Amino acid sequence: MSALLRVEDLRVCFRMMGPLKALATGTKSPFIEAVCGVSFEIRKGETLALVGESGSGKSTIARTIIGLQRAVSGSISFDGQEIEELSGTERKPYLRRMAMVFQDHVGSLSPRLTVRSLLTEPFRIHGLKDRDVGGEAERLLRMVGLPADFARRYPHQLSGGQARRVGIARALALNPDLIIADEPTAGLDVSVQGEVLNLLARLQDELGMAILIITHNLNVVRHMTDRMAIMYLGRFIEVGSTERIFEHPRHPYTKALLAANPEPDPDAVLNRIELKGEVPSLMRRPSGCEFHTRCQYAQDICTRVFPEPSASPHDTGHSFRCHFPLERETVAPVQERLGSSVGPKPARARHGRAYALATAVGTRKARPSTEDGSLRKISPKTKK
Amino acid sequence: MPSVEASHSEANEGEGLGVLRSVVQQLRNNRLGVLGVALVIFVVASALFAPLIITHDPIRIMVGPRLAAPSLDFLLGTDQLGRDTFSRTIMGGRIPLLVAFASLGSALAVGLLLGLIAGIGPRWLDNLLLLVFDTKRSIPSIIFALAMIALLGPSLATLIFVIAIGSVPIYGRVVRTQTRALRNSEYIAAERSMGASTTRIVAVHVAPNVIGPLLILVSMDIPAVIAVEAGLSFLGMGVRPPTPDWGVILNDGYASINQSPWPVIAGGIPIVLATLGFTFLGEALRDIFDPKLRKDL
Amino acid sequence: MRRDHLTSHTSARPVLEIRDLNLDFGTPRGRIHALRDVSLDVPAAKVIGIVGESGSGKSTLAYTVMGLLPENADVSTGSILFEGKDLLKLPALARRRLLGDRLSMIFQDPMTALNPVRTVESQMIDIQHHEQGSRSEKLARALDMLQRVGIPDPQTRIGAYPHHFSGGMRQRVCIAMALLVKPALLIADEPTTALDATLEVQIIHLLKDLQKEIGCSVLFVSHHLGAVAELCDRVVVMYAGEVVEEGTVRDIFHNPAHPYTRALLECDPGRIRQKTRTLPTIPGEIPSLLGSKKGCIFRARCPQAFNRCVQESPIEYRMGLDQVARCHLLDKKRLVSA
Repeated sequence: MSALLRVEDLRVCFRMMGPLKALATGTKSPFIEAVCGVSFEIRKGETLALVGESGSGKSTIARTIIGLQRAVSGSISFDGQEIEELSGTERKPYLRRMAMVFQDHVGSLSPRLTVRSLLTEPFRIHGLKDRDVGGEAERLLRMVGLPADFARRYPHQLSGGQARRVGIARALALNPDLIIADEPTAGLDVSVQGEVLNLLARLQDELGMAILIITHNLNVVRHMTDRMAIMYLGRFIEVGSTERIFEHPRHPYTKALLAANPEPDPDAVLNRIELKGEVPSLMRRPSGCEFHTRCQYAQDICTRVFPEPSASPHDTGHSFRCHFPLERETVAPVQERLGSSVGPKPARARHGRAYALATAVGTRKARPSTEDGSLRKISPKTKK
Repeated sequence: MPSVEASHSEANEGEGLGVLRSVVQQLRNNRLGVLGVALVIFVVASALFAPLIITHDPIRIMVGPRLAAPSLDFLLGTDQLGRDTFSRTIMGGRIPLLVAFASLGSALAVGLLLGLIAGIGPRWLDNLLLLVFDTKRSIPSIIFALAMIALLGPSLATLIFVIAIGSVPIYGRVVRTQTRALRNSEYIAAERSMGASTTRIVAVHVAPNVIGPLLILVSMDIPAVIAVEAGLSFLGMGVRPPTPDWGVILNDGYASINQSPWPVIAGGIPIVLATLGFTFLGEALRDIFDPKLRKDL
Repeated sequence: MRRDHLTSHTSARPVLEIRDLNLDFGTPRGRIHALRDVSLDVPAAKVIGIVGESGSGKSTLAYTVMGLLPENADVSTGSILFEGKDLLKLPALARRRLLGDRLSMIFQDPMTALNPVRTVESQMIDIQHHEQGSRSEKLARALDMLQRVGIPDPQTRIGAYPHHFSGGMRQRVCIAMALLVKPALLIADEPTTALDATLEVQIIHLLKDLQKEIGCSVLFVSHHLGAVAELCDRVVVMYAGEVVEEGTVRDIFHNPAHPYTRALLECDPGRIRQKTRTLPTIPGEIPSLLGSKKGCIFRARCPQAFNRCVQESPIEYRMGLDQVARCHLLDKKRLVSA
């Protein structure tokens, strides 16, 4: 299947201070890189999730795709056509084919328009005046399961879940090929959260559009998505099929995120990597592996060498950036893990070196209490 | 809940109408607002239909005795030239109201336009317009008015021009600040994500949201302009006798206040009524447009 | 890590006893009956969780205890006994003296709960105005507390303004301030909702550790079932202004008696291991709280509702040792077994 949306080496920067202040404070660069070198693609009808904490750059990617934010470099192509470079009017035909559901569900609805006007706004923007707009509004309301008399309401007369439905209905108005949903369930109660996710899933089954979900809630991702990408400080640190990542996360951060959602069970066995501290500031990115400041497995090499993406030997679609990727079961006996990681050879030549390195060191890491003598011997090699 | 009875066909482009309707609906529930609207209608209607209401020719002298007390024939008495004060008062509202509406109306239009441009436009244009606004505001208004009158001669047009120029920077700045705030809101981002043009965003989504606060300012300014016009006429810088005007009536009345208080009262009452009316209306509009004070619909 | 079992009852009097509390909000459309016959106890040195969806009245309850209600709120009946004194009958001054001394609160939004124009140091010293001691002693206590909530390098950080701290750090400062006065009861209103998941875990553990250390009681208000399960000893489930079920955290999560509690637990996607395209929901909406209602408040959304639910408000039915729920179904069960 061909890619519907292809993002390559995307970089987005924000200016943090004026040139004078930067000069006065001696800051080398007054910009922060919110997204640095992200590549991914979404195929037709597929669901991809971007997962990360606040400040990881996931929303910035969405806003750049839809054209609310300019990229510094990189390319975004939609259905084979480069759209990043396009101006507002040139981009318009592509905006007909993708739509965004915003995080602030009430705030993203123009407060002085009725629901009917809001739902038919896309038709008016794209000059489709010949449509029966009243009928279209009714059709869209029915699609998201709201009664037809909601057409007369104003946004502030809607509850959180209803406003979210209206946002989804508006995104569906022109039958897009891609929907970008920014935190579709943030701020909703659990029961309403289920309704919104079920609605998105049902509509995807019916209409076949691709969905890009941006969220920090891994529970949402598990049931909704085919693939997921975990972001940290503007980079992908692990990408792969949702099923595989849930089953076997390789990056310690992914594992921590998966465990961070406390289970609604007082007797749950807490097998959790608890993260120390907070996400570092984008102004002061850590050296080497950017996660080392919070990683309990961090070794000397992590503070110095930036890890290249490596792929899993069993699944080429699963890649991660870690010097010491987690093995299948953290509590498994050391012997077993040694055996499993030594066995298979890297599948892809391109990532061969990185993978070999990762596994080689990873086996040592598996015993955090072990003396690091062997590690030190390996570290110098990585410098070459 | 406001009953917004928009039929299907009409609601297509009827956003603006919906706003107006809900404003009218809420005004009706606001006692002060109802009083304000009643007073404004009363003052404006009496000026508009003045020729039908007056009982005597407001300019003809000696239609009765000088400085007479109110009677059935002369409802508010007569002035020092024996003219009918009632007729002069009714006719005298036309000029102050004309000045107020013409000057503030044009100031509103220009201020809205410039404010929107500054708010939505690039930063350099914003800075340039702000510089122009602030330059104008740094010139004392009385000195500016006197200079303009000296330059262009005392006339109604000059007066309207001076007041309009004085109000544009204030309105422009209010609109610009509001627009700047709205421009970063999520629903504007949502519109842009659907491919809406800047013109459409400004016309449909920004302008209706900034016009509310602006109307409040304008309705609060109207009494001030009426007072300024009356003051200038009182000082002899506005309209010339024998044209009836509230300021002129007051001016004439002061000269003969020892003989009869009626001309002063007659010139003062409409100014008080108009001031109260527009102020109440402005206060009510502020309650309606301020989302924090807004009652749950 | 297994939670230590907490069946033993404290013989001492509860720190907070709320009895038959009814609270209305006057609105132009009529009176909204926001809390209906709410009764609950907070025993000494225990963490009590209040869970419920938005509109359940859980935050209103917290604000009522603190006396931070808006003007249009009106407590019609009931009592709130705090250390034996009825807060609702206490004179304003005496009540204010309790706040920030025996009673303190952590708010949902750490961004707005601190004064932005004053340093953390001055705010942390000010909050000790009930305490004896010199300024330097108070400063020492503040520094010690910041250390304990995990703020690195408190000596230099204490002079900073709130905006110099990140969200998680600010919530830590708020917790430090709330616990600085050694309260008997800490009320935490959704303290982790505005934070990222990884920080939420940190804050919950911090609260748990400090609670054990200081020995105060905590009333933890949250809609996050996972957080409640991890932190609380007892759980109160609220729906539409009523307490529908109460019990130990084990009973509530393993053996929920009320259909609403069951539905709420089923909705949590974290519980569903099997990949599914259809998540469970609770159909319908929270009923309007205008006016008084007859019958069970949950009946419109309850899959098991029957005649009696329409006619009669359920009373509290006791189950086992320490669990009560308001549901007619429980009555039937007892009749059947008898």
